[in-house]
Amino acid sequence: MNPPSDRSQIPDWGVDLDPGRRPAVPMERTLPRLEGVHWERPTQQRRTVEILHSVERPGVTPVFGTSVPPSGLSGWIRRRAFRRSESDMRHWMLLLLADRVNVVEGLLDDARRSPRARAAAFGLAGAALAVWVLRRRRA
Amino acid sequence: MLATTYRRPYRVRAAQVPDPVLEHPDDAIVRVTRACICGSDLHLYHGLVPDTRVGSIFGHEFTGIVEEVGANVRNLQVGDHVLVPFNVFCGTCASCSRELYGNCENVNPEATAVGGAYGYSHTAGGYDGGQAEYVRVPFADIGPTVIPPDIHIEDAVLLTDVVPTGYQAAEMGDIHENDTVVVFGAGPIGLMAARCAWLMGAGRVIVVDQYDYRLEFARRFAQAETVNFREVKDMAVHLKKMTGWRGADVCIDAVGCEADGNLVQTLVGVKMKLQAGAATALHWAINSARRGGNVSIVGVYGPTFNAVPIGSAMNKGLTLRMNQASVKRHLPHLIEHVRAGRLRPRELITHRVPLEEVDEAYHRFSAKEDGCIKTVLVPPRAGRADVAPAASSPAPVQLH
Repeated sequence: MNPPSDRSQIPDWGVDLDPGRRPAVPMERTLPRLEGVHWERPTQQRRTVEILHSVERPGVTPVFGTSVPPSGLSGWIRRRAFRRSESDMRHWMLLLLADRVNVVEGLLDDARRSPRARAAAFGLAGAALAVWVLRRRRA
Repeated sequence: MLATTYRRPYRVRAAQVPDPVLEHPDDAIVRVTRACICGSDLHLYHGLVPDTRVGSIFGHEFTGIVEEVGANVRNLQVGDHVLVPFNVFCGTCASCSRELYGNCENVNPEATAVGGAYGYSHTAGGYDGGQAEYVRVPFADIGPTVIPPDIHIEDAVLLTDVVPTGYQAAEMGDIHENDTVVVFGAGPIGLMAARCAWLMGAGRVIVVDQYDYRLEFARRFAQAETVNFREVKDMAVHLKKMTGWRGADVCIDAVGCEADGNLVQTLVGVKMKLQAGAATALHWAINSARRGGNVSIVGVYGPTFNAVPIGSAMNKGLTLRMNQASVKRHLPHLIEHVRAGRLRPRELITHRVPLEEVDEAYHRFSAKEDGCIKTVLVPPRAGRADVAPAASSPAPVQLH
């Protein structure tokens, strides 16, 4: 712990003391001072991938991100999550579950792409096949 | 292009991914010149934000040079060097019409409770982020701000989130002359909030954290009194004693859902995920504020629920204010503060690393190693962006 600072030693102390100088006062300011808007409603973005949307709104928004569309088992879980509202705890818990499943999918995908992992998988498969053949011969 | 992609909790990777393309006539493609790792990126990194998909590109604090613009873009030109607020916003919906750009209703189909943000999971709209070589920027005519020629690029990149969020944290505290302000969290946002509290006339500024190097930084950067909560038996009692048994006029939660300091909160919120993170800082904020005081929340929490003493907040007559920063409305004022030297955001930067080393950078920041406060990533194709080029069009700072 250190002693309190003397405000007279603080550079620019109180320069925004007047709330009128604070740009977000009042919180809701109309009309907005934003320049450069030349549309009344944003043009609808074309859907090129599957976009999930909250059941608390009628459809997708005019603009959206298209990163990593749902796929695989995690995508299946996400689709089910989006059948429930944001106010339903199960919506979020299913999404967290999907995230964990997606991690496993990512690891498998990494393994598929890695030459070392592929070689290890082939080696394991070959060894398993050899064991199976040897067992059959003994029998 | 090279980009920071999420692989699993505690693991990101700089990987080659396809370049972004224009997907809407109001889009631009920006070549990133600087990107930061934000404290809230750690919530993604730790796997706490629902709908964080493997392969997502992180990063909501970035500057860049406009490479390509959509058919409807009028105000931005190829070659402009811009800072891009972390909010994605349309400028015309009911929220944007009230200058609540962090709460835009037209950019996030996945969650009505959350606005749009770059690189912050599908819960924030599913946009790819700026910790990459290129990024798609929607609503290019209103989102990006051309960096004024006299603003350093490292100040510019911190104007996309850290400075406005810190400033808004103080602003939402409704600070009056000589108020005592307690800031929980000595990360970049908390440090900036502490500095801004002085600008708004605070009489005392107290910063609470557990890391001595950060508290030392708070004393130097924000001339704040500091408290290490590891050395304190009971936070509320300690702050009451410090304030003549009254409590602080304003408490700011600049920590969010991964707070340390309470084993039960950490166990239930972070480890078991039975609530939306550990609300320890918010708990302390409510219990340390004076009767009739203000609590300002900019720490990020998950979308489910948190155990906080709402009954005490009610009985004490507290005002709780919170939001994502509405970056664009703050920028003109904050650019003037930076220009005048009243705020010097780039002093927060402790690490500058190539994008290729992003995995190590996340680990260092997450583990609080090597005195890390703020990390800036430099993509391979950033070019000579250390000096901001002369703007080809005047900076749009006419909001006020």
